[in-house]
Amino acid sequence: MRTAPTTEPAVVTRGLVKRFGDNTAVDGIDLTIPRGGIYGVLGPNGAGKTTAIRMLATLLRPDAGEAEVLGHNVLAEPKAIRSKIALTGQFASLDEDLTGIENLVLLGRLQGFSGPAARRRGADLLEAFGLSDAAGRQVKKYSGGMRRRLDIAGSLLVTPEMIFLDEPTTGIDPRSRNQVWDIIRTLVDGGTTVLLTTQYLEEADQLADRLAVIDHGRVIAEGTPGQLKAQVGSGALKVRVVDPAEREQAAEILATTLGGGVVREADPTALTVSLQEQARTSDGLAALEQAGIGVETFAFGQPSLDEVFLALTGKPAEAEPSDEDTEEPDPAAAAAGDHTGAGR
Amino acid sequence: MSAQTTHQASQARTIRGVLLNDDQRPTPSGAASASLTYGWRALLKIKHIPEQLFDVTIFPIMMTVMMTYVFGGAIGETMAGTGDSSAAVDAYVQFLIPGVFAQTLVMITMYTGLTLNRDISKGVFDRFRSLPTWRPAQLVGALLGDQVRYTIAGVIILAVGFIMGFRPDGGLTGVLGAFLLLLVFSFCLSWVWTTVALLMRTEQAAMGVSMFIMMPLTFVSNIFADPQTMPGPVRAFAEVNPVSNVVGAIRELMEGTVDAGSITTVLIYCAVLVAIFGPLSMFIYNRKS
Ligand SMILES: Nc1ncnc2c1ncn2[C@@H]1O[C@H](COP(=O)(O)OP(=O)(O)O)[C@@H](O)[C@H]1O
Ligand SMILES: [Mg+2]
Repeated sequence: MRTAPTTEPAVVTRGLVKRFGDNTAVDGIDLTIPRGGIYGVLGPNGAGKTTAIRMLATLLRPDAGEAEVLGHNVLAEPKAIRSKIALTGQFASLDEDLTGIENLVLLGRLQGFSGPAARRRGADLLEAFGLSDAAGRQVKKYSGGMRRRLDIAGSLLVTPEMIFLDEPTTGIDPRSRNQVWDIIRTLVDGGTTVLLTTQYLEEADQLADRLAVIDHGRVIAEGTPGQLKAQVGSGALKVRVVDPAEREQAAEILATTLGGGVVREADPTALTVSLQEQARTSDGLAALEQAGIGVETFAFGQPSLDEVFLALTGKPAEAEPSDEDTEEPDPAAAAAGDHTGAGR
Repeated sequence: MSAQTTHQASQARTIRGVLLNDDQRPTPSGAASASLTYGWRALLKIKHIPEQLFDVTIFPIMMTVMMTYVFGGAIGETMAGTGDSSAAVDAYVQFLIPGVFAQTLVMITMYTGLTLNRDISKGVFDRFRSLPTWRPAQLVGALLGDQVRYTIAGVIILAVGFIMGFRPDGGLTGVLGAFLLLLVFSFCLSWVWTTVALLMRTEQAAMGVSMFIMMPLTFVSNIFADPQTMPGPVRAFAEVNPVSNVVGAIRELMEGTVDAGSITTVLIYCAVLVAIFGPLSMFIYNRKS
């Protein structure tokens, strides 16, 4: 049954649960991740992404449910899984005190290369990742982007069938981020299955073939980025008024003319309107002008994670799980629900 | 734009060029070779952070000098049977150095656990744990690396002892034999500290519990005084204390009165320590979140 590796999914989980004390970090996740391509897991800080990945990488034992990775059960055959996967953790999975080359030689030798072969392999990887100049420098002196690249290189001493990348671009500059994206795409072309977590919809949209949105340890949406965006709306309008006193009036006008959910941001002049159709944004601007409201910014953008959450759950994403889902939505969320309904 | 695209394409080619095919994949290293590799990592750490040798250099010198001159006069007087203080110290040096040698190394084993406690919370351990190698190698390797630290400390103590007049009758062979036995014992005892370090959340807590075990182990022993002079229950503990047994064997080896029985006893203690605390450490390690 394991002779047809291309048809069987890379990961299957059923009702996966992990608790830390009375905090349920992963709360019954069912996922099927196909082989090949990039699968994205999108969620805010504290959603349970890292915990889920650590269970799949056989670092944590699930409290309930089942998970199979590359055809092996995580509890029954962890070693078989470990020989096929590689993990690049959220916080650099490198030894900070060692140099770049020492890190790679260490990992190479553990994976069975002889000393000289591991050194050659390490040097080749450093060269390919543009890190040769930093080979003899301690990793703690690396920049965030260099560290990320070395971290990924550390996962490629032998080519894994599946690689787990936990927030590979969080906290690095845009140029390094583009480099990391290119590396990830190259890996997929080579046949590796990539499971990537991220807090940015843009990243998931750019890279992932499919994605799951998770919140409070549960999957709240799953599909292709296109399907998800269709559900969420085509984007968001960022509006800033000149006078904070006029914001409320502007919010009402925009809600009526554009029919999207309106979020009052922390900035007292800022509003975000989630849109169903991009075409009518000019109506909104015209209506504000008619009402004599001074507008400072009126810009269209891709939906942020917050807006995705607003559309999917009717409430903004929270950084950490609060006391359980209260059934009283706040006014903004209620408005969003109403207007989304009306818009369809 | 097109220049950038070509650049990206060439970078992609370079990276694809270093990826190995399935048939080029070596077999993951075995238990021994993985342990040695992790041991090599520990040595690299010493190379990059030599400050961590402070506890194995200054501390042993301090202990040896301090113990000899503080207790030497008082305890040595009765031993030498004379009031002459330099003869007293000299007599006591012969008795004390093997004990301080053992005590200092035993105390340094505690740092193995503390280092591990700090190390394990780092991201790199997640990667180690996701590799298809024999998992205990990560701990065994750390302990093997620590053998180097123990050796440095031991050499320093013996050198200082020699300067202070320590002249063992067992000669070089006896001293080397004693050294080897003590290294084996230290390796085995270290599993107690790895268990403690894995159980405790913070380094401070691990330190507290380790000290709590360490104090009676080193002081309620035959290191500083003969257990015959101690009251009943204390004496009973001092006599079964593994540290007393190892110190006894080391004194015999250094005096050249080797007794296969006492070495066997030490090795049995060693085996028992590893048999209990090795699997216990691994059990906790595998379930650690
Ligand atoms: N080792 C741990 N011990 C206790 N609680 C944890 C641990 N790891 C994660 N958690 C908790 O589990 C929840 C999910 O965390 P995590 O999986 O790290 O989320 P994410 O990666 O999506 O940010 C959080 O509430 C976090 O505090
Ligand atoms: Mg995380």
